[in-house]
Amino acid sequence: MTIEQSAREERQVRVSKVGDRVFLGLSRGAGVFILVTLAGVALFLFREALPALQADATEFRDSDTFLQYVGPLVFGTVLASVLAVVLAAPLAVAVALYLTHYAPKRLARTFGQFVDLLAAIPSVVFGLWGIAFLAPLLARHVYPVLHENFGWIPLFAGPVVPSGRSMLTAGIVLAVMILPLMTAISREAFSRTPRLHEEASLALGATRWEMIRQAVLPFGRSAVVSGTMLGLGRALGETMAVAMILSPADLFSVNLIGPENPNTIAANIALRFPEAQGLDVNRLLATGLVLFAVTLVVNLVARRIASGGAA
Amino acid sequence: MPTRRIPLIAIVALLAVACGTAGGGTGSTAPGLAGTLVGAGASSQAAAMDGWKAGFAEVEPGVTVEYDPIGSGGGRSTFLAGGSDFAGSDSPLKAEEFEQSLDRCGPLGAISVPHYISPIAIAYNLPSVGDTVLQLSPETVAGIFANQIVNWNDPKIAADNPGVDLPDLAINPVHRSDESGTSANFTDYLAQAAPAVWTWGSIEVWDEGPGGGEGADGTSGVVAAIRAGEGSIGYADASQIGDLPAAAVGVGGGFVRFSPEAAGRIVDSSERVSSGSEWDYAIEVNRTPDNPDTYPIALVSYHIFCLEYEDQAKADLVKAFMGWVGSEDGQAAAAASAGSAPISDAVRDAIARSIDQVTVADG
Repeated sequence: MTIEQSAREERQVRVSKVGDRVFLGLSRGAGVFILVTLAGVALFLFREALPALQADATEFRDSDTFLQYVGPLVFGTVLASVLAVVLAAPLAVAVALYLTHYAPKRLARTFGQFVDLLAAIPSVVFGLWGIAFLAPLLARHVYPVLHENFGWIPLFAGPVVPSGRSMLTAGIVLAVMILPLMTAISREAFSRTPRLHEEASLALGATRWEMIRQAVLPFGRSAVVSGTMLGLGRALGETMAVAMILSPADLFSVNLIGPENPNTIAANIALRFPEAQGLDVNRLLATGLVLFAVTLVVNLVARRIASGGAA
Repeated sequence: MPTRRIPLIAIVALLAVACGTAGGGTGSTAPGLAGTLVGAGASSQAAAMDGWKAGFAEVEPGVTVEYDPIGSGGGRSTFLAGGSDFAGSDSPLKAEEFEQSLDRCGPLGAISVPHYISPIAIAYNLPSVGDTVLQLSPETVAGIFANQIVNWNDPKIAADNPGVDLPDLAINPVHRSDESGTSANFTDYLAQAAPAVWTWGSIEVWDEGPGGGEGADGTSGVVAAIRAGEGSIGYADASQIGDLPAAAVGVGGGFVRFSPEAAGRIVDSSERVSSGSEWDYAIEVNRTPDNPDTYPIALVSYHIFCLEYEDQAKADLVKAFMGWVGSEDGQAAAAASAGSAPISDAVRDAIARSIDQVTVADG
């Protein structure tokens, strides 16, 4: 080792030491900042929610206990989100498979960008689209058919809301909104399927579909699941589009095409907050706390499944 | 949220005091006023307030009027806490609020005057009846919104509309899904005019009533829902229903269609209920007038202000602005910008006398 070399090495060590320290500080600060923010929000929600949780039901104009009040909202939130995920998940997997394994390379890139573009559309625009275009279309041509042929299923019991502003419409719009996220995660996983797995499958005489079933889907399973859960998380908190589209009522109902639908927590806050006073504000924030908890659980479950599947 | 707004409002108010050049004597509102008048309250008045601000700026170019549509309750509490010069509110001061106003305004307290009458139309989407205007008695309207009358060919609707060929079509009643003064006034009408059918009283949130029907966000949402669904019927600010037909409602043995004049008469036919000051013009809106020229479904919104202000400039500003808002020009400005109904001449004179009492506190 020459003197020159050792000097250079020394300098590198010194420089990188300072850089390391600065970067460590920055990244640790960022991490702490996130935690503090999260804790701050949780603390704020809890503090503001407490008066409503402690208050007697008779102190509210509708004299609902908190559980009576938040029950239909949690139900509506979960129903709308699950509906969206059920509609979006198969579509997202199909689109991702097409993009990674069927479409010509150049087309796949352009097409993929279009899918990503969906994520850039503001939710209020989705809401307007749902109200002005999708809802009347469904109410005129789809819901009456569903009601007539499948009215014996409680989901389509009707009566059909003539403007189309029902739970199913909200679910479909939510599905479109979470599609880009779910597609992106699935596509990423599918495209990383080891080439050797695919070729081994094909070499054993598998058709392309069989190869996808044998090699691609098992490899991407955990990504699909975690993408689905992330989509569910996004759908749970979506506010604007639901507030605009859904025709809400204070009840439990699985009827997807009628005028009376349980509202979602986020949309209910958006609708009620502007004119709310006193304890009503606390109660709305308490429902926000419930949504916070539900979303947290969904994300934790997603994390668990994703890491468990990959290991 | 009002607690966060108060500091800003207070600063603006201070600025207003600092900038305000003292006007003429208490008896006159001399031209050339300057300063800022700060109000907060009912969002129902927001559109009218835009018209009032613009119109008043032409009369008194030196005066700036600010209005924060934070809701009626917030507006009253902000005003009573001294955070604003006047409040807009869909209900007048309550008795206990008048007591609080004695601290805020001095021994004369505050008064409420009905400056804004916004007619509520019952709009429907029923192309098969053509240009025929549907007539609906209060019991029929209440029955529809209480989900007891569910088809357009119901005998009760037919009885109100002799000779009209009503379709066999499900009724889809549309209501506000947000908390709304329009809902409160509409259900107050139902509760007063059809108490046997509508047993839920006056409610701001529909879920506290019978439920059912379709819920839509805001006036525009309700109008859009009615327009989108054949067989729908709903209540909305009359100026916002566009080309949708509006029902004539049963009053005093006849049926009356909505018109600004007919709606404006509602204040005349209502009884005054004072919660404090003799100059107060709070009314208990009478939804069952005997006079069949009166359209009974309207939102009546008030301006609430002190009879005494601590400095001359503020008293002059309040007096000038409130006087103009209550004038023929002011009411016309609100009609142009918000489609409201003007108050009648008799009411205007009475309110003008009240506004004339605004003065500066001694010492």
